[in-house]
Amino acid sequence: MGVPAGDVEKGKKLFVQRCAQCHTVEAGGKHKVGPNLHGLFGRKTGQAPGFSYTDANKAKGITWYEDTLFEYLENPKKYTPGTKMVFAGLKKPAERGDLIAYLKSATNKEAEIKRINKELANIRSKFKGDKTLDGYQKKKYVCKLLFIFLLGHDIDFGHMEAVNLLSSNKYSEKQIGYLFISVLVNTNSDLIKLIIQSIKNDLQSRNPIHVNLALQCIANIGSRDMAEAFSNEIPKLLVSGDTMDVVKQSAALCLLRLFRTCPDIIPGGEWTSRIIHLLNDQHMGVVTAATSLIDALVKKNPEEYKGCVSLAVSRLSRIVTASYTDLQDYTYYFVPAPWLSVKLLRLLQNYNPPTEDPGVRGRLNECLETILNKAQEPPKSKKVQHSNAKNAVLFEAINLIIHNDSEASLLVRACNQLGQFLSNRETNLRYLALESMCHLATSEFSHEAVKKHQEVVILSMKMEKDVSVRQQAVDLLYAMCDRTNAEEIVQEMLNYLETADYSIREEMVLKVAILAEKYATDYTWYVDVILNLIRIAGDYVSEEVWYRVIQIVINREEVQGYAAKTVFEALQAPACHENMVKVGGYILGEFGNLIAGDSRSAPMVQFKLLHSKYHLCSSMTRALLLSTYIKFINLFPEIRGTIQDVFRQHSNLRSADAELQQRASEYLQLSIVASTDVLATVLEEMPSFPERESSILAVLKKKKPGRVPENAEIRDNKSPVPNSHAHTNNAQNNHTSSSNNANASSDLLGLSTPPASQSGTLIDVLGDIYSTANGNSNVVNNSKKFVFKNNGVLFENDLLQIGVKSEFRQNLGRLGLYYGNKTQTALQNFVPTLQWSAEDALKLNVQIKAVEPTLEAGAQIQQLLTAECIDHYVGAPSIIISFRVNGGAVQKITVNLPLTVNKFFEPTEMNAESFFARWRNLGGEQQRAQRVFKAQQPLDLPGARNKLTGFGMQLLDSIDPNPDNMVCAGIIHTQAHKVGCLLRLEPNKQAQMFRLTIRSSLEAVTQEICELLVDQF
Amino acid sequence: MLLFSRQGKLRLQKWYVAHSDKVKKKITRELITTILSRKPKMCSFLEWKDCTIVYKRYASLYFCCAIEQNDNELLTLEVIHRYVELLDKYFGSVCELDIIFNFEKAYFILDELLVGGEIQETSKKNVLKAIAAQDVLQEVSTPDDSYDI
Repeated sequence: MGVPAGDVEKGKKLFVQRCAQCHTVEAGGKHKVGPNLHGLFGRKTGQAPGFSYTDANKAKGITWYEDTLFEYLENPKKYTPGTKMVFAGLKKPAERGDLIAYLKSATNKEAEIKRINKELANIRSKFKGDKTLDGYQKKKYVCKLLFIFLLGHDIDFGHMEAVNLLSSNKYSEKQIGYLFISVLVNTNSDLIKLIIQSIKNDLQSRNPIHVNLALQCIANIGSRDMAEAFSNEIPKLLVSGDTMDVVKQSAALCLLRLFRTCPDIIPGGEWTSRIIHLLNDQHMGVVTAATSLIDALVKKNPEEYKGCVSLAVSRLSRIVTASYTDLQDYTYYFVPAPWLSVKLLRLLQNYNPPTEDPGVRGRLNECLETILNKAQEPPKSKKVQHSNAKNAVLFEAINLIIHNDSEASLLVRACNQLGQFLSNRETNLRYLALESMCHLATSEFSHEAVKKHQEVVILSMKMEKDVSVRQQAVDLLYAMCDRTNAEEIVQEMLNYLETADYSIREEMVLKVAILAEKYATDYTWYVDVILNLIRIAGDYVSEEVWYRVIQIVINREEVQGYAAKTVFEALQAPACHENMVKVGGYILGEFGNLIAGDSRSAPMVQFKLLHSKYHLCSSMTRALLLSTYIKFINLFPEIRGTIQDVFRQHSNLRSADAELQQRASEYLQLSIVASTDVLATVLEEMPSFPERESSILAVLKKKKPGRVPENAEIRDNKSPVPNSHAHTNNAQNNHTSSSNNANASSDLLGLSTPPASQSGTLIDVLGDIYSTANGNSNVVNNSKKFVFKNNGVLFENDLLQIGVKSEFRQNLGRLGLYYGNKTQTALQNFVPTLQWSAEDALKLNVQIKAVEPTLEAGAQIQQLLTAECIDHYVGAPSIIISFRVNGGAVQKITVNLPLTVNKFFEPTEMNAESFFARWRNLGGEQQRAQRVFKAQQPLDLPGARNKLTGFGMQLLDSIDPNPDNMVCAGIIHTQAHKVGCLLRLEPNKQAQMFRLTIRSSLEAVTQEICELLVDQF
Repeated sequence: MLLFSRQGKLRLQKWYVAHSDKVKKKITRELITTILSRKPKMCSFLEWKDCTIVYKRYASLYFCCAIEQNDNELLTLEVIHRYVELLDKYFGSVCELDIIFNFEKAYFILDELLVGGEIQETSKKNVLKAIAAQDVLQEVSTPDDSYDI
């Protein structure tokens, strides 16, 4: 029987309609109800690997070719009785032919690639050929290329032909040309000049469709070149009276796109009001597009565009009061203009408060109330689109309410509304409601209202099917936690932790730890929580968490006994996590004596218990345990013999780790040689830890920058009260021999055991082999000088030299760091990490590129950083460089980056009159700062002048009557605002002193500039 | 914006932020695998890197958009829906194949709806009018033809 030649594309359609339900064709495709058909041709029946066929199918024993398939497909049940394929068959021979043709091509990927390569070769030869192609042919081939590209193949030619199409006078050819360019051309292609020329021509066209095509193409590419080329035309198109509405819309968004790549494209002055007034345009489409543009402009320059607020409010009020029939086609499923409403609401979120004018404010509140009221109305349609659009507006309104954070009644209403959504059927709504509530919880007005929903939230943390919703619930619980409900919430979170998804466990652990610490009124509770945490999710408890619990126990005397007892009990569990052993080892080593009175936890019992875990632990933990043992010798002299045996065992080759060997033998010596007094002093109880920001909070912030929901009381960071014990770690170091040079830095973790040594026996300290740098003799750290200069050597020691080059423009900066390896061996695990807290990063955003982990001998690598100053800030980011030499210990070097706020100064020239006018204006208490300090010897006036110039301000001569005095002016550029700043430096030659006066409009800036300059001359 | 089929085949891609080809391919691959592994009842939003992904499945096609943290998720879902409606109206009960074989139309419609990643025209009628006007212009200049290979 002859098989009719089929059409692959028709066959594909058939396949999608009739077969794709149960079969896949691509290589490696999975078996659905029916087997994957890849490699079907030439295969025997029932042979696709991994698919369970019926016996009938396996027994059939024919081979699939065109003819067998042709027969089979007519009536599968008849051809193979007993097959489980439920398919009536294709009765028309032509259809079967098509399908077979498709199967032949599709079940064979190689054939497809071959086919495409052939086609590509064909097109290439056509383009290269001598015959000039007419427009139609060019269009055809360019279009084919596009199609091939979309199938997932790379296209590397044809760009030129596409550009040619742009200037075609036939619309369809032009259109394809533009499409090809916007899909396939990179922003930095060398054809861009030609493209720009064609676009220019089209922008001049009288046909709005052509103009739009050009605008869309500009918006699609949106490169800097484009922005420069069209910075005149597009604003004109936007506000000109005789531009068609459709063109205006495209022009507005096109301008927005270009503004994003190139913020200086927007003309100021009279343009501002013309652009704002687009909000009043008759045509809703134009308003929609313009609102997006204005939103972006307002973000850049809020003052200049302030006028848009009242217009936006009145526009919004017209929309929310309109019935859905008023706006005709702009009503979307009975919701009047949802997109425009949302955009307007977002626009208003740029100002806080949105307006001072009570009238406008009243109207805005009315609008918000109307939106909240509407949420209560019965839905006008059952369609999900209706509720989505309505709720989209509602959520945006709630965002605005939260943002304003002033109307208590609105906040509470919003909260109640969200509470209803928490039990809504739609997963999406529940997700968003949880997210918005997180923000509500941080407002003082609605915090209480949010707490009412605690039970529902706990329920959704446990019951939601979707992990991302559960995650939101956890975030919300974290945000709504305060002193009153902390115990309950922490308990629930702990309970849930046992079954929680792995992906969110680590974060939950951090959150539980933070909440427990912050709201603990009773520290025994805190200890319980953390130990539970370690028991339940030991793997996810990071170092910081257990460091923290130890810090707190040491700082609070009243829990020490309890902690020792609890941890002792926890250790009795047959299997306990290594982190528990660490905490246990540490706490028992310090406070084991407090529970030794009880015969169940006698010294020997404690020691045996700990030592039973020793063999299961990593070397880090073992080292810690060894330290515990030596402390035991001090606490319980009666078990000294047993412990010395253990030390003896581990001081030889039996422990593979050199650190452990050394530790064991040193401790052994110490316990033999030292008198009880010395031992007691050396192994004295740890002093209190200095107060600091909870390190766990920092970890959480780092993990989720910008996403840590503010916990309501996050600022009154209530951490354990420091004991003002007189002795510090250093005091203990005094007992150690002077040869022990590493000890000064031993407290890096705030945790290392007290260093101990006796008559020339060098004793090493836990921690420094794992963490600290060896003292380097030859260190140059120049960061202070870099307040005045941008380039030079930032740091240098025997191993490493770090150079820096930087440039700044307005609020942007670029830094190149050059790491040079001065040694003869490669530096391994070379990792520079930026130290700049998430909070600070909101003010100065620093991006850092990764570098290769290996720095070859004598080589230099470069690392690029970009910085964007968003708001004024204090200090400067630093960078920690860690690396190993010759596989030795990890070394760490911390270098401050030359990114102090003065780098964003723009020098300002002004005459005496305006200088003094400003100087007087800035006379307020908060605006000025003055410091007097000793000059460096000898007093160097030209040097000081040089430094001030390098500082970034303009040195103004002949203003101050005394020629020795120096005055400067400059503006700090941040994205949020510009801060004008004036400076006066008066030398006193007799006293060899300087008096420095700073005046600026912001107190924080004044202080910071003052700090940067003091003692520098 | 990305469109891809249940089999993970990319059908249409549109980028409103410049990336190199390599990055684009990587993002696409990651997104497709993440989304395809989600179950139907799960919520249509997910946090991904520093943006939120909004996606929805229509028959065998997934429509997926990446938006910024503080953009409105629900409304993005409706942008997707509006686009689907437009396709549907234009092609008359649209299916995956329509988009494959008339990809240029799908792009043109998208261009009319969104410019530079922002919604330009929310009125269905107006978008269709614009597309119809393009088609008229096209009919005048050349006869219709198909580009299959």
